[in-house]
Amino acid sequence: MPVRTLSDLKQGDEGVLDRLEVVAEVAERLMELGFLPGVRVSAGRAAPGGDPMVFRVDGSEVAIRRATARRLILNDSAQTGEDGTNV
Amino acid sequence: MSELQAASTGQTPPADPNTSGGFSLVAVVGAPNCGKSTLFNRLTGLRQKVANYPGVTVEKRLGKVRVESGREITLVDLPGIYSLTARSEDERVARGVLLGEMPGLAPPDAVLLVVDSTNLNRNLSLAAPILALGIPTLIVLNMSDDLRSRGGLLDGERLSEQLGVPVVQASAARGEGLEAIRAFVSGRSTAPQRLELPVLQDIGSRRRWAVHASGQSGYQAPAASAWTRRLDSAFLHPLAGPLIFLQGVWAGVGSVLVFLPQILFLFVLIGVMEDSGYLARAAVIADRTMARVGLEGKAFIPLLSAYACAIPAIMATRTIESRRERLATILIAPFMTCSARLPVYALVIAAFLPEKPLLGPLLGTRAAAMIGLYGLGFLAAVATARLLKSTLLKRQSPLPFTLELPPYRWPTLQSIGLRLADRSLIFLKRAGTVILLTTVVLWFLASVPRTDGQPPEISRSLAGKMGKAVEPVIEPLGFNWKIGIGLITSLAAREVIVGTLGTIYGIEGGEEEGDESSPGLQQALKQDLTPGAAVALLIFFAFALQCMSTVAVVRRETGGWRLALAQFGYMLALAYIGAWLGKTLVEIWV
Repeated sequence: MPVRTLSDLKQGDEGVLDRLEVVAEVAERLMELGFLPGVRVSAGRAAPGGDPMVFRVDGSEVAIRRATARRLILNDSAQTGEDGTNV
Repeated sequence: MSELQAASTGQTPPADPNTSGGFSLVAVVGAPNCGKSTLFNRLTGLRQKVANYPGVTVEKRLGKVRVESGREITLVDLPGIYSLTARSEDERVARGVLLGEMPGLAPPDAVLLVVDSTNLNRNLSLAAPILALGIPTLIVLNMSDDLRSRGGLLDGERLSEQLGVPVVQASAARGEGLEAIRAFVSGRSTAPQRLELPVLQDIGSRRRWAVHASGQSGYQAPAASAWTRRLDSAFLHPLAGPLIFLQGVWAGVGSVLVFLPQILFLFVLIGVMEDSGYLARAAVIADRTMARVGLEGKAFIPLLSAYACAIPAIMATRTIESRRERLATILIAPFMTCSARLPVYALVIAAFLPEKPLLGPLLGTRAAAMIGLYGLGFLAAVATARLLKSTLLKRQSPLPFTLELPPYRWPTLQSIGLRLADRSLIFLKRAGTVILLTTVVLWFLASVPRTDGQPPEISRSLAGKMGKAVEPVIEPLGFNWKIGIGLITSLAAREVIVGTLGTIYGIEGGEEEGDESSPGLQQALKQDLTPGAAVALLIFFAFALQCMSTVAVVRRETGGWRLALAQFGYMLALAYIGAWLGKTLVEIWV
């Protein structure tokens, strides 16, 4: 099965982030915004045209481009704790 | 432990007025859009700009708090940060102040760490690196009114125990909890106790630490704001979204057409967008279009505010992480039609274009001309951005677009009113300084050299000679030496040309003083300019960077004269060529 990424989430879908396949500097900024491995992310409304996408993560809404979302890989088998961190 | 340790929620941390010393510089720190500037304004009585989008504050701002003992303590408001890793210019300012690396500013000896209590886990992650600095810190749980009303829970006292620092629940917007904050600022405190801090470099471990601390304090996140979702289903709607946006722009542009008092209407419009939280959404919608010319959505925020004035717009580019994109945004921002161009446009259009209905009563010829000029500036900006994309911006920025969306909030009448008052003040200040000074200098230049105690004819005055000196250069555009004087004085600020021409024609006509908006000035212009030359003048003002304050700000923000002068030269060349083309085309057609 091919890996799923955040860009595959439709509006209202949820997923658990597995890893960020981006350079360290970018990963750091994304993690500061809440995109940490193990957290639950849900897709909100995207901008018209489907790009950028808006995600609800870690209690707030963050917009990122679809190209960035494509590098954020989902873990389809993981379970998350209530607080959004890995247990 | 100090007495402050025990003090927490809602209680006043005991300050000891007998102890000498105390704090002298207190830094206000926190994540973007958590309410630092609102708190700063509350404590200092100042009116630092606040709005509902991340990145409003891009520079440190100092203010004084007077405490009971009569002593004054300096408060420094900082741009928002997610961590002490600084990537953008505004984050570098915040980090520099905190670490005492700012020239001319001592390191702060206490910190007010403002956290958005409706999103505690993320906001507390910043507490780890801040507490590790070892500076006495008060954690201000801001927006606790929001937390309560949306059904969230938090035991401040237990959070204080968990973190080993005093904590106060507050609402800067409503002025709750201010007493306890003032008491902390005025008092002495010891460094926070040595805590088990997480590995600071690891964002994951910082985050787990924050979740643990908030969990131990009975934190329950509030329900998501229901109407933020409802509104977004309209504003981010595939069809309605861009339409609502365009309508907003249309209202802004359309209103300016009738002009000056309506400039304020434009500010209300921008103010509502900024305060409601809509601006960040507009930036998201704009991202794809901006990407085509090599920019990102965040650049949309400064470009929109450049319609008011390029100077704050250039400051606002500090939030753009990629240096190249930031420079590109700075370079194109002055093409946006700022409010200083309006009096010039209005004068020339009124003199040359009779008002006729074009599309019913809604759109007349004059309004259409004004819209055309707005469009012209915008096109020049887009074309320049494209040009930069294939040169300066060729290498793509490694940092992708990210933007945190604030929840929607009602803009308050008070905040919009304050903004208008500030704007009017800036306008009056400009009129009283730059414009007045240039007018005085011009008057002097127009009245020397005296012969037998009599002022010379204006064409023989020093001002006249300056105008004649540039006349050969501007002659191809259809401008004579009088317009030349106006072009020279308008280098200080665009709108100065209106007063200058009023003065010149006034002196010439033997009147005491030229009334700037008088039909007399319009008549005089009509005699001196052909229709082609009038078009040339409008295009010249749409493109040229006649604003010394903008040049100075660009020099400061880009760290040297090189880009500032290149920008000035580029815009001047474009203005000259554009004006010549405009004149030539009109002469072919008419």
